[in-house]
Amino acid sequence: MAPYLGGEFGNPSGMHAVSRRAKDAIEAAREVLAALLGAAHPLDVVFTGGGTESDNLGVAGPALAGGGRGGVVTTEVEHPAVLETARFAGRLGCPVRFVAVDRFGRVAPEAVAAAVDGRTRVVSVMTANNETGVLQPVTEVAAAVRVAHPSVLVHTDAVQALPSLPVGLDRLGVDLLSIASHKAGGPKGMGALVVRGGIDLEPTIHGGGQELGRRSGTHDVAGIVGMVAAVEAAMADRQRFVSDIGEVRKRFETTLVAAIPDAVFTIGDDADRLVQHSHFRVPGVGAETLLIRLDSAGVAASAGSACHSGALEPSHVLRAMGMDRRAAAECVRFSFGWTTEPGDGDDAAAAVAAAVEGLR
Amino acid sequence: MRMLVAMSGGVDSSVAAAAMVEGGHEVIGVTLKQWSGPDGRLPTAGCCTVADAEDARRVAATLGIPYYVLDYREQFAGAVVEHFGREYLAGRTPNPCIECNRTVRFGALLDRAGELGCDGLVTGHHARVDHDGTRYRLLAGRDRAKDQSYVLHMLGQAELALIRLPIGEMTKADVRAEAARLGLRTAGKAESQDLCFVGGDYRKFLRERHPESARPGPIVDLEGSVLGTHAGTAGYTVGQRRGLGVSFGEPRYVVGVDAATATVTIGRRADLAVDGCRVAGVSFVSGVPPEQGAAVSVKVRYRSPAVAATLWDAAGHYEVRFSESQLAVAPGQAAVFYCGDEVLGGGTIVEPA
Repeated sequence: MAPYLGGEFGNPSGMHAVSRRAKDAIEAAREVLAALLGAAHPLDVVFTGGGTESDNLGVAGPALAGGGRGGVVTTEVEHPAVLETARFAGRLGCPVRFVAVDRFGRVAPEAVAAAVDGRTRVVSVMTANNETGVLQPVTEVAAAVRVAHPSVLVHTDAVQALPSLPVGLDRLGVDLLSIASHKAGGPKGMGALVVRGGIDLEPTIHGGGQELGRRSGTHDVAGIVGMVAAVEAAMADRQRFVSDIGEVRKRFETTLVAAIPDAVFTIGDDADRLVQHSHFRVPGVGAETLLIRLDSAGVAASAGSACHSGALEPSHVLRAMGMDRRAAAECVRFSFGWTTEPGDGDDAAAAVAAAVEGLR
Repeated sequence: MRMLVAMSGGVDSSVAAAAMVEGGHEVIGVTLKQWSGPDGRLPTAGCCTVADAEDARRVAATLGIPYYVLDYREQFAGAVVEHFGREYLAGRTPNPCIECNRTVRFGALLDRAGELGCDGLVTGHHARVDHDGTRYRLLAGRDRAKDQSYVLHMLGQAELALIRLPIGEMTKADVRAEAARLGLRTAGKAESQDLCFVGGDYRKFLRERHPESARPGPIVDLEGSVLGTHAGTAGYTVGQRRGLGVSFGEPRYVVGVDAATATVTIGRRADLAVDGCRVAGVSFVSGVPPEQGAAVSVKVRYRSPAVAATLWDAAGHYEVRFSESQLAVAPGQAAVFYCGDEVLGGGTIVEPA
């Protein structure tokens, strides 16, 4: 991506040679990403300004297409990018339904199918939860929905799943799929929505008509090239990532339980989850206090979600799973990635144990 | 030492944090999220907005200290907002800053400082703490116009041992100059007087949260003659002159509010005068009450001068006898006792007596 931050400054929408080179770079990247994510044609890839924007277009785009007010069915545990877009569509007059989840945060395919009716235009179910890491049965949801309502579109937010799961339209059996560049190690503020050919989308960003009118605005050439290179590398590295990072996380959890026997894992081995996530609580120890102690010790962990000011919010995901307020306010999330070293799992667990000991 | 600094996003707490950093301490900055609108977001007006937290975060970054926003909404709603509504409904005039200091800032947050491994808590209040060899003393801020010792009167020895008020020796002008010298972006920031959870109009807040506050009733004079009607006693405070909805040649003031009968009593300025008041929930900074009839000076409102009085323990509460009668002593406000600069203690005014 570096050349496009320097000498190759062309606006891909221009008519001259420098612009053409920028345009070529984007279109080459589009071809690569289309192939990686199972799009039939490169133009089925829409470059966006991140995962949130992809989700906005993936949900509101079909619901509002052609001036319609199509129904939206989604789950209670989606990322706010989907939840808030669904609510926005609701305010515009689209019928919106939020399907409940089980105690691990999983939605039942038949429950989603039952929420779909003749007015429904799009169903959105995330591939993996960004807080707990639990996997949703997206393929089964899509199949169940199509049995009764073949014309309903299925969108999935695959942002969190990208580095460790085989994501793609065909692999997941969906019609629209959102990704974000930074989850693949690419530049932040870049994303893409991949769609099946022929799907009509109402744009959520209006302007000069770039991206076939689906997403206006001058292209971030360097961001696009960087994102696609990162996604390509991450997908090629997936098997190794799953086994190495899975090992580090396992070490983390084993060491943690040995030091803090009453630590409670939110998902544990009870349901399929992302290998890179560990989500747990230490009873009696608030997440805020634990995270600040860990930060002082140089360990960067997080909790459910942070609000605009940076304060921890009561997690809508954990509440939807039926967890009580107090327990939810104790949950913290550790995630491991490409910068993780083999010993990091043990070190992180030791840091948690030390912080907890200081609080008890 | 490792110190926790409560940063509101204003210039005073910014400079308090800077002073601790300059003093060589390990400093952690925090902003308390105390209130949010129905959508869960921080308010956009008042004293704890998103923009205030952003200002505090930027100041912390400039000072090179870690910074966090902590969620205290539950404690704040329970201890401060509920109290505020309940007091108004009972016909009193509460001071929510005092309840917040008592339960949130110097209650829950002080406990949190310990949990975070900090040796003390620092705020940007204009007041001073010193130690006279025997015990800690709470003193008025050097800048008399900005003195905030009134809202800190509930602090005792245990709290003062852990609290640092580094700007108490400075004038507001000093504080701003110091902020400018350090390049802190809050240097020229205007002060917020609004309550974060009320957003300007406390009557509207009460109507929405407590519809029963809009129970109409009579406005009467001291003889009991009905002069008009009002739309709810919560809109009236003893000493209030404006907004009575009745006009006379001579100014009239609220002299009494009785929530039980929804009656607002008005009278002349002279009718506001009282010789003393009864004060409940009294605590003393030293932990030791003064002798019976101690000569003190007392503040019965935040922004009014202290006046001479004597203080009497009346088993369960205290009686304050003013040496000269005072106007507009409002139940619900704090009565804070001073000896010169030193805060002796204080409590909540129950009624004139």
